[in-house]
Amino acid sequence: MFDLTGKCALVTGASGGIGGAIAAALHDAGATVGLSGTREAPLQELAGKLGERSHVLPCNLGDPEAVAALPKQAAEAMGSVDILVNNAGITRDNVFMRMSDDEWSQVIDVNLTAAFRLTRGVLRGMMKSKWGRIINVTSIVGATGNPGQGNYAAAKAGLVGMSKSLAAEVASRNITVNAIAPGFIETAMTDKLNDDQRGALLSQIPVGRMGKAEEIAAAALYLASAEAGYVTGSTLHVNGGMAML
Amino acid sequence: MSDIEDRVRKIVVEHLGVEEAKVTENASFIDDLGADSLDTVELVMAFEEEFGIEIPDDAAETIQTFGDAVKFIKEAT
Repeated sequence: MFDLTGKCALVTGASGGIGGAIAAALHDAGATVGLSGTREAPLQELAGKLGERSHVLPCNLGDPEAVAALPKQAAEAMGSVDILVNNAGITRDNVFMRMSDDEWSQVIDVNLTAAFRLTRGVLRGMMKSKWGRIINVTSIVGATGNPGQGNYAAAKAGLVGMSKSLAAEVASRNITVNAIAPGFIETAMTDKLNDDQRGALLSQIPVGRMGKAEEIAAAALYLASAEAGYVTGSTLHVNGGMAML
Repeated sequence: MSDIEDRVRKIVVEHLGVEEAKVTENASFIDDLGADSLDTVELVMAFEEEFGIEIPDDAAETIQTFGDAVKFIKEAT
């Protein structure tokens, strides 16, 4: 249904489960994709699977210079950046009273500041072409909070405020800015939970299961499409009913 | 009228959709020509491209009128 032929998308955190699924979904819809991430091997593997119209663009989002260079590298590799998916994220969980300044700032730097810098870097091209899609992957915990994740929840809530402000600024240029807030998604991280932890978690999810990365990718594909041109400044919650927001 | 003035005027007219006669030396982009703050950013981007120059943010802030733009670009090229 959604056709992205001729569009170029930069996806950060494409080496992870959700980012990889988003890149694959945009690619399936016809987009050229730039796969960014810290680890090059999984990016190469994904690019190998996707074949044509995929580019590997390794970048350490904790390094401000590398972040500043990425939009240019992506535009050179693909021709333009029409769609930016700020998906990359890290966690440094700790109880609030023990959280170090480093744990706080690493999470803010990668999850929020890098998204700001990348977004600023791609806006010029989008303004000129009078078309753009910015999709920020936030999290259910940005809205609900979560013990041990003061830093992560702050960064994710920050992304939502950033999205809304920018959405208002650039709406007249046909650039939409939205967020996706996944709940608990099956990834390498959630595979590590034991049966008790899993059971406790599932009891909080009305749908009765964890989400799949493809279900987040479908939301990203929609928000990237021409059909979603009237949706901006919103957060699409994909969480199995865990928080009805 | 200089060539630079012509080229700047053309960009302003095209971008803001205003009549050429309104683009006078002292015409303020925001107060007289109906630009919003995003338009002024776009105008600066268009000037940079047309003239192959870089206009830093602090300089861009001083470019309020058509005359300011022409003067800056003349000095920069």
